[in-house]
Amino acid sequence: MQMPAPDQAVLARREELVRGFRAIVPGEGVIADEDGMRPYECDALSAYRQLPMVVVLPETVQQIAEILKLCQRLGAKVVPRGGGTSLSGGSLPLADGVLLAMGKFNRVLEIDYANRCARVQPGVTNLAISKAVEHEGFYYAPDPSSQIACSIGGNVAENSGGVHCLKYGLTTNNLLGIEMVLMSGEIVKLGGKHLDSDGYDLLGVLTGSEGLLGVITEVTVRLLKKPPVARAMLLGFDTEEAAGECVAAIIANGIIPAGLEMMDRDAVHAAEAFCHAGYPLNVAALLIAELDGPQAEVDHLIAALERLARDRGASVVRVSTSEAERLAFWAGRKAAFPAVGRLSPDYFCMDGTIPRGRLPEVLTRIRELSKHHGLRVVNVFHAGDGNLHPLILFDANQPDELHRAEELGADILKLCVEVGGVLTGEHGVGVEKRDLMGTMFNEIDLNQQMRLKCAFDPDHLLNPGKVFPTLHRCAELGRLHVSGGRLPFPDLPRF
Amino acid sequence: MTILQPRDAKQVTEAVAWALDSGTPLEIVGGGSKRGLGQPTTAEHQLDLSQLRGITLYEPEELVLTANPGTPLAEVEAVLAQRRQMLAFEPPALSLIYGDGTPTLGGIIACNLAGPRRLSSGAARDHLLGFHATTGRAERIKSGGRVMKNVTGYDLSKLMAGSYGTLAVLDEITVKVLPAPEKTRTVLLLGLDEAQGVAALCKGMGQPVDVSGAAHLPADVAARSAVDYVRNAGTSVTALRLEGPGPSVEDRCRHLRLAFKAQSEELHSVNSTTLWRELREVALLPRDPALAIWKLSVPPTAAPAVVGRIRGHSPGVATFYDWSGGLVFLALPAGTDAAHAVVRGALQEEGGHATLLRAPDAVRQAVFAFHPQPPALAALTARVKDAFDPKGILNPGRMG
Repeated sequence: MQMPAPDQAVLARREELVRGFRAIVPGEGVIADEDGMRPYECDALSAYRQLPMVVVLPETVQQIAEILKLCQRLGAKVVPRGGGTSLSGGSLPLADGVLLAMGKFNRVLEIDYANRCARVQPGVTNLAISKAVEHEGFYYAPDPSSQIACSIGGNVAENSGGVHCLKYGLTTNNLLGIEMVLMSGEIVKLGGKHLDSDGYDLLGVLTGSEGLLGVITEVTVRLLKKPPVARAMLLGFDTEEAAGECVAAIIANGIIPAGLEMMDRDAVHAAEAFCHAGYPLNVAALLIAELDGPQAEVDHLIAALERLARDRGASVVRVSTSEAERLAFWAGRKAAFPAVGRLSPDYFCMDGTIPRGRLPEVLTRIRELSKHHGLRVVNVFHAGDGNLHPLILFDANQPDELHRAEELGADILKLCVEVGGVLTGEHGVGVEKRDLMGTMFNEIDLNQQMRLKCAFDPDHLLNPGKVFPTLHRCAELGRLHVSGGRLPFPDLPRF
Repeated sequence: MTILQPRDAKQVTEAVAWALDSGTPLEIVGGGSKRGLGQPTTAEHQLDLSQLRGITLYEPEELVLTANPGTPLAEVEAVLAQRRQMLAFEPPALSLIYGDGTPTLGGIIACNLAGPRRLSSGAARDHLLGFHATTGRAERIKSGGRVMKNVTGYDLSKLMAGSYGTLAVLDEITVKVLPAPEKTRTVLLLGLDEAQGVAALCKGMGQPVDVSGAAHLPADVAARSAVDYVRNAGTSVTALRLEGPGPSVEDRCRHLRLAFKAQSEELHSVNSTTLWRELREVALLPRDPALAIWKLSVPPTAAPAVVGRIRGHSPGVATFYDWSGGLVFLALPAGTDAAHAVVRGALQEEGGHATLLRAPDAVRQAVFAFHPQPPALAALTARVKDAFDPKGILNPGRMG
């Protein structure tokens, strides 16, 4: 994985930038020494590390506007960073870039229960929003597994999901508004406490834009009332096909569970050994389904799911009878990554999405690829929405294993695209999947996405080196190649 | 006027290429049922997508449907209904406002229209999974896909939804579909004034009962309903809809009625369906073509005060509230300018936007249909337009 070569002209102006930032952000808000910058050298994709040129921790929107203006004037790149939990290297620093750390934007500004929304600063963690409103029985629905640490600003940038997004949607479906600062220093508000825009849906565009379009400085999220009852089920099957068919049958029967997860045999064994969740070990695939809502609905749906599962040959059907048991059912799934971490010094977590019906075929081919590259793969899967998380086990200290793991990961993601799926369901492209964008998009598609980028950031200063495999200058992208004498289409019906 | 009627995606691209080469702006039309929505375009020639129709993929167990943009909405809904599924955003046809024409899937997406269930299930934009389209640069692009969860590249689907054909011409649309509810009931509260009505809606939304529609109808509007209970109420009607599996709906209905402690009524399936269709189609406002109709999106609790301010200037306002108060429809005498300064001024404080849905032609020429944007946002919007359609050949003027 190559990052763009550092711009020597910008590096030469480092002192000037640092002085400029110190004039904007008083006190300890500018970190320029190596030891102080070390904690920022990577995010949760820790295989890639890079010290930034300088770290700035602004405290006000006005400061951010001034910082970005200064960077724009001096041609310095900017990498925004929230909780630093990106799994795709979204906040990986650049050697010639300013790391804009949003940690001081950590206040909940307003909670409005009547309008069911909360206005928060971007550094507030995902879980802190739900914690702030739980005493009134409300919560914020998207729940990425990093929710203790990940920031809501980062969630917006990455359009984060979680195990409940089949029923409750991703970040993009749970936002009402944002405030952002453009590279030019302009402050733009999108949305608010009302629904939808009657101009272009730029809020929708910003969500999942991976920090390439604007720096998010405020977020208004929708709050939901907590369902009174939630129960989980374990459904074990002798074949992965049967488990896949059961998932299809559940949805075809009009049931959208709050969560619907699948683990393969290796994942079940690893999780059980790690946290003793009580998982059955003699199954080829285990489904964890969660039903939530009023008691009557949950009872009704559990009975329906039990019937559907038994009809598809489930060898194990267990329903949680207490909150403790429900949490235990989930504990294994939630611990799947650390559990796998015990099996292997390092692992990569892939994130492709596939049409659900192709699951058995994809699992078979992943196994073939695993054999081919000589590395183990363990599969956990958001079965309801087709989002696969194959975990590739490797040891970075063995010569060549990191490289082979990268290759295997690329092969798995290409397979996802080949069967009609996509490279990333919730972790983002970042640097990790950047060079694979060409398997899903052609040059015309990518150039158009880059033109959108140009409308926000014409000098490519905001988080460059992420998402796009190659950068073209905006002036070049804007050029129109009109053929001039082209004849109008002979076949087209005209009236 | 030339009408270009492509029969496949390649011909769409060819048509746009010709328009680009020859500098001929095009009006993009599906079934022609929403031409009255937004600003009138200045294009003299039409790109008619009505022949680009048909459902090309429908996999109920994967919750996904792909169709060409000219596919009639009614056809999509009928096919989904056979498998007990639906477009959960409850798209309105709005034919009572705009008259004839065939609402199409492409038109609904391009206008990002959604009905009462927008409150709980999202708008059209939330259900658009992916698309193919030809930009104003005469290049065919794709974005998104057919899977539920996808963050690969910018989410251009959001940008297409609600861009009124000003950025690119859609030729293939993939949407998320959802199971249709087994059962529907509506709890009615009678006799609340507008402030009390919206407060009751917000209280209902704050109950753990999954309300999927929340509307308040002042007495004069309720009196136009085809549902006996509503028409004959003789007073205002506040309505909360519950949908889902049978036992669940009954249980939630009980819970909700208990929460209000007040006298309440209950509508069952057929009457519920009728009432929410009337609300979705804005069928209960007076039909007089001399009236201007506004659609306001505001913070729900601010709605009664916003309407109060408008009524202060224009006493003859007819109105109702949907989306728990967050969506307000207003009919008022169009005059020469649809009272736009009053309407838009009224929501200055709490935020939101006001769209002029319908007005006599002369008024539409004089008043901007969409809410004016602050300078930085307006400039950004113009740059986005330029990124997709640098020569302004797609629906020029439609969004200003």
